[in-house]
Amino acid sequence: MTPNLHLWLIPILPLVGAAINGLLGKRFSRQLVATVALAFSGAAFAMSLWVAARFSSLPLPHVETIGTWLRSGAFSADFSFYLDQLSLVMLLVVTGVGFLIHIYSVGYMWEEGGFYRFFSYLNLFMFFMLTLVLASNYLLMFIGWEGVGLASYLLIGFWFTKDSAAAAGKKAFIVNRIGDFGFLIALFLMIKHFGSLDFQKVFEAAKPFAAETMGIGFLSAIALLLMVGAAGKSAQIPLYVWLPDAMEGPTPVSALIHAATMVTAGVYMVARSHVIFERAPSTLMVVAIIGALTAFFAATIGIAQTDIKKVLAYSTISQLGYMFLACGVAAFSAGIFHLMTHAFFKGLLFLAAGSVIHAVGGEQDMRKMGGLRKQIPVTFWTMTFGTFAIAGIPPLAGFFSKDEILWRAYQASWVYWLVGAVTAFITSFYMFRLWFMTFFGEYRGAAGASHGHEEHTNDARARVSAPHGHGSHGGIHESPKVMLVPLIILAVLSIIGGWIGVPGSLGGSNRFDKFLGPVFRSSAPAVNPERAQSGEAAPPEQTTEGAEPKTGPATELIFTGISVALAFLGLFLAWLLYQRRPELPDLIVARFHGLYSSVAHKYWIDEMYSAILVRPLITLSRVVLWRTVDQGLIDGTLDASADSARELSDEVRHMQSGNVRSYAGWVAIGATGVIAYMVWVGTK
Amino acid sequence: MVPLSLYLVLSGILFACGVTGFLIKRNIITIFMSIELMLNGVNLSFVAFAAKWQNLSGQVFVFFVMVVAAAEAAVGLAIIIAVFRTRETLNIDQVNLLKL
Repeated sequence: MTPNLHLWLIPILPLVGAAINGLLGKRFSRQLVATVALAFSGAAFAMSLWVAARFSSLPLPHVETIGTWLRSGAFSADFSFYLDQLSLVMLLVVTGVGFLIHIYSVGYMWEEGGFYRFFSYLNLFMFFMLTLVLASNYLLMFIGWEGVGLASYLLIGFWFTKDSAAAAGKKAFIVNRIGDFGFLIALFLMIKHFGSLDFQKVFEAAKPFAAETMGIGFLSAIALLLMVGAAGKSAQIPLYVWLPDAMEGPTPVSALIHAATMVTAGVYMVARSHVIFERAPSTLMVVAIIGALTAFFAATIGIAQTDIKKVLAYSTISQLGYMFLACGVAAFSAGIFHLMTHAFFKGLLFLAAGSVIHAVGGEQDMRKMGGLRKQIPVTFWTMTFGTFAIAGIPPLAGFFSKDEILWRAYQASWVYWLVGAVTAFITSFYMFRLWFMTFFGEYRGAAGASHGHEEHTNDARARVSAPHGHGSHGGIHESPKVMLVPLIILAVLSIIGGWIGVPGSLGGSNRFDKFLGPVFRSSAPAVNPERAQSGEAAPPEQTTEGAEPKTGPATELIFTGISVALAFLGLFLAWLLYQRRPELPDLIVARFHGLYSSVAHKYWIDEMYSAILVRPLITLSRVVLWRTVDQGLIDGTLDASADSARELSDEVRHMQSGNVRSYAGWVAIGATGVIAYMVWVGTK
Repeated sequence: MVPLSLYLVLSGILFACGVTGFLIKRNIITIFMSIELMLNGVNLSFVAFAAKWQNLSGQVFVFFVMVVAAAEAAVGLAIIIAVFRTRETLNIDQVNLLKL
């Protein structure tokens, strides 16, 4: 008898919170709104912990069905929830980090209008994200998938009176739609070929197929289309453009949705569909290449950004690229490991950045910060841990997960490793650049910038000001406790979060990998294509996860050493350029002006998309679809039929003369006609 | 023996004359007579068919038509006289009070 855990409660709880705040919150006091939001998201977290506590006694995967949703012929989809190691990890990350960010938001948003609306959206997001994570079939997952997109749209455009925020929301939504289109078609293909969307049934049906090493079969097509969806949601090339703009949203939103949880949904989906991906090696290669390229590409853009949140946004894209790289070399558990540690340290970095922005009165430009470490020590120290973690400096979380990915990438191909390692160096450089520019040197902001909030009226974030009895409107000030506590907890997690996955070469046992092992190992195809390509014959039992590298721990240690050295090199370079010799960056910019400006302008990708895709599309819509098809064809047909009806009536109404004899004439003509017809029929 | 078709042609001609007169004449008496002409055109074809098929039904019908025509003539003439007394005219184009 399987115990009933009532998994459905986990997503429903935040939904109830969202409904209460959304419907009644307008009349609530801020305290009540915050209490409701925290209570329901906290309850979801508590419930997840309870599930985790009972996890070891469950037969896996644990599926709970609460009812049939759709039934059409042989196809059916249920409202059912799926719990295995993978969803448990996601569950804990989403509810845990989500709850912390809820707490932080109470402080951050305290002075904002629409307080209840914000928390209603935030809870709604939690509902959809948990649906996505817990769904036991692709259709229910798709509901969550679309729902988080909706919540993301609402929250990016939270300050909807600001044009740029509204536009950013739309951009995110529309770009995501392109990805969703791919996802949907993949679902249709699955229904066609597997007759079901249920995870277990689909994977059972897919297992007998051999890997499609030759050519592109339907498995590759499905995997590729799923990857299109993942690229949209997780901001990978070529659909990453929405994420930097999404920074228009409030900072807690950037932390929760656009760093820790929603954008990792694509990674989760790819990992969840690993059975299909493993049988489509060419698609896996595409995933790896996209991941590696995105990681590198976004990292280079991150170097030249001056907006503190934009740096973090590009860094997020870059780190997501790492996760896809891991998935692409069939190291799914490494990808999920990085997903988890990334949720900790990037959530932390965003929240700390929010705290910094808060401290300097809404300023986001790093060039106007500097020397803040004395004024806001807690923020400084937590951000320091976050920065060291993402830069990959041991023994912080990012080091272990990134190193794991780089090592697995090397086993697939040294090219992946090289790109990843260079990216790691760039990552370290731009993160320490951010760190030095923000916290060291002299304060470069205008004296008034941190005093009068109203000086930034064009910036909605300027409305962020210190909550809870602040007479401290003037001057740089540390954030209230309600914001600092989540920072500290996340900082601790960023430090220790990686210790559950210490690799064998460093004396650990990589428990994380072993924990996720049953999910990924059970289904590998007979020959692991990546290994086969790199000429490494792998035993069939140990193909995917947990396979100890043949090259031995010594080699792995060398590579670990290289990545650590690269991280410190980045630190050193950032120190040299932004601390020791602050005049150097300008010299470099002057020297490589063309290169710098293309990086600073994000390689003109937005402009290129606008010129190649958006504007032609708008022109096409305006000229062909609107003027020609809509106005010309559709409106034209209607107008013409109405006009011709009126003209015909104009002619015919002369029959209604009121002259009785003319009526009689018409009757006679009609009768003649009828008789003539009858005669004609009779003689034929 | 006159063939049936000739009767029918004559009947058609009579009927057509009646219709034409009904439509183009303005004098109410003439119109009235045109109606009688149409009725008798039809009567002619009735009796022609009755003779052809040796069936009395046609002839019986003719009597019915004659009775109705006589009744109609009585009512119609009464109306005409009434109209003439009030309007001093028999031109139907001037008897159009009911027209909008």
